[in-house]
Amino acid sequence: MRLDVVLRVTTKFILAPLLLFALYVQFHGDYGPGGGFQAGVIAAAAIILYGLINGLAAARRIVPDAVLERLIPAGVLIYALVGVAGMFTGENFLGYNHLAHDAVHGQEWGVFLVEAGVFVTVFSSMVGIFYAFAGRRRA
Amino acid sequence: MTLIDPLIALATRGVTIFLMVAGLYVVIARGNMVKKLVGLSLFQSSVYLLFILPGKIVGGTAPIIDPAFEVYAHPLPHVLILTAIVVGIGTLALGLALVVRIREAFGTIEEDEILAREDAVRVERDE
Amino acid sequence: MTISAEFLEPIITLVLLLLLAVIAFGIVRVRGLFAVVIMLGAYSFLMATLFIVLDAVDVAMTEASVGAGISTVLFLGALYLTDVKEATGRARRLAPMLVAVVTAGVLIWGLSDLPEFGSADQPIHTKGADYLDRSIPETGIQNVVSSVLASYRGFDTLGETAVVFTAAIGVLALFARRRSDGKG
Repeated sequence: MRLDVVLRVTTKFILAPLLLFALYVQFHGDYGPGGGFQAGVIAAAAIILYGLINGLAAARRIVPDAVLERLIPAGVLIYALVGVAGMFTGENFLGYNHLAHDAVHGQEWGVFLVEAGVFVTVFSSMVGIFYAFAGRRRA
Repeated sequence: MTLIDPLIALATRGVTIFLMVAGLYVVIARGNMVKKLVGLSLFQSSVYLLFILPGKIVGGTAPIIDPAFEVYAHPLPHVLILTAIVVGIGTLALGLALVVRIREAFGTIEEDEILAREDAVRVERDE
Repeated sequence: MTISAEFLEPIITLVLLLLLAVIAFGIVRVRGLFAVVIMLGAYSFLMATLFIVLDAVDVAMTEASVGAGISTVLFLGALYLTDVKEATGRARRLAPMLVAVVTAGVLIWGLSDLPEFGSADQPIHTKGADYLDRSIPETGIQNVVSSVLASYRGFDTLGETAVVFTAAIGVLALFARRRSDGKG
């Protein structure tokens, strides 16, 4: 597989657009199809593709295990903290209305931050699960 | 129009039921654990279909508000199924990890072979 | 001459549903697990296409990336670590078939009251939650799926993120390398 020129060159061309597309899906999720899950999975797919073509060690240099192990809980924490922040502004848990100067802006901020939390957890979970499977030796 | 209506009514129900039953059959009848997980995926996706189908309005559009459109599909099933898909991949990953560990411990992923091996171990211990 | 959506959409749905049924039949019958996994990928892509026709674009995107992408990779990884061929073990047909037939019967009975496909007077549209009217004034978000997901039903999504977190931790724990020379 490693000598397959077509695959390696195509991967090189496709990686940057894939990551860019993930960011587009993430930040355009309020206006079109998309959001944290889809963006997280697409970004993870880019890393997985890189790992499949160039080997696991190369992928681990880009996204090391230590980073992943912190990102997986970090996303859930971001999400929960946004909820708690809503409580401090006098709303219910995960009530975004008072996060900014008016309710609509507060909602937009809340949704943005929550989607960011989802992205972080989904991305790191998918890459982490891939590493776990790919790094396993055959019994 | 008159011919397509009963056909589509039959197909939406029939295919949903067929997918669900096929998934269920694979989970029960097949001993291979990877195949069981495939069956579970089939079963899950039939539930996706069952939820998404009623949200559709013929001639409508996706639930993204725009002045150019008036008829939208209902967004609630979409949200529920989005959640279900992501939870599905989580359970699938965990299930596959368990299958790999089982293979490492027993040397096989066939259910009856694992049971036979466990019985053999038990008999050995009792003697 | 233009073909109306009222005519075309049910036909496309019909064709995609039949293709799904054919692939599902193949998945049940074939014994080679490699072929089964690849067929499952094709199945997911068909399902995503069907979701686009059913106006569920967010779901289609997720199904295409998760179902056809990540889960295929995971299945192939698991196949590499286990066996590619399913054993043709002892015949155990009667009981599963009985369960399947009974379930099918119950489902046919239960789904017989489903409303007509694609009509606007289904209960979900007439009596369901009015997110479509509320999203723009209350949250300013055009994509109603996003606003329901992250705002109106934010608690669901928190739980779901926690599930993904738990699954990842579970897989990492199952595959953890033992740091000490531990046994068993």
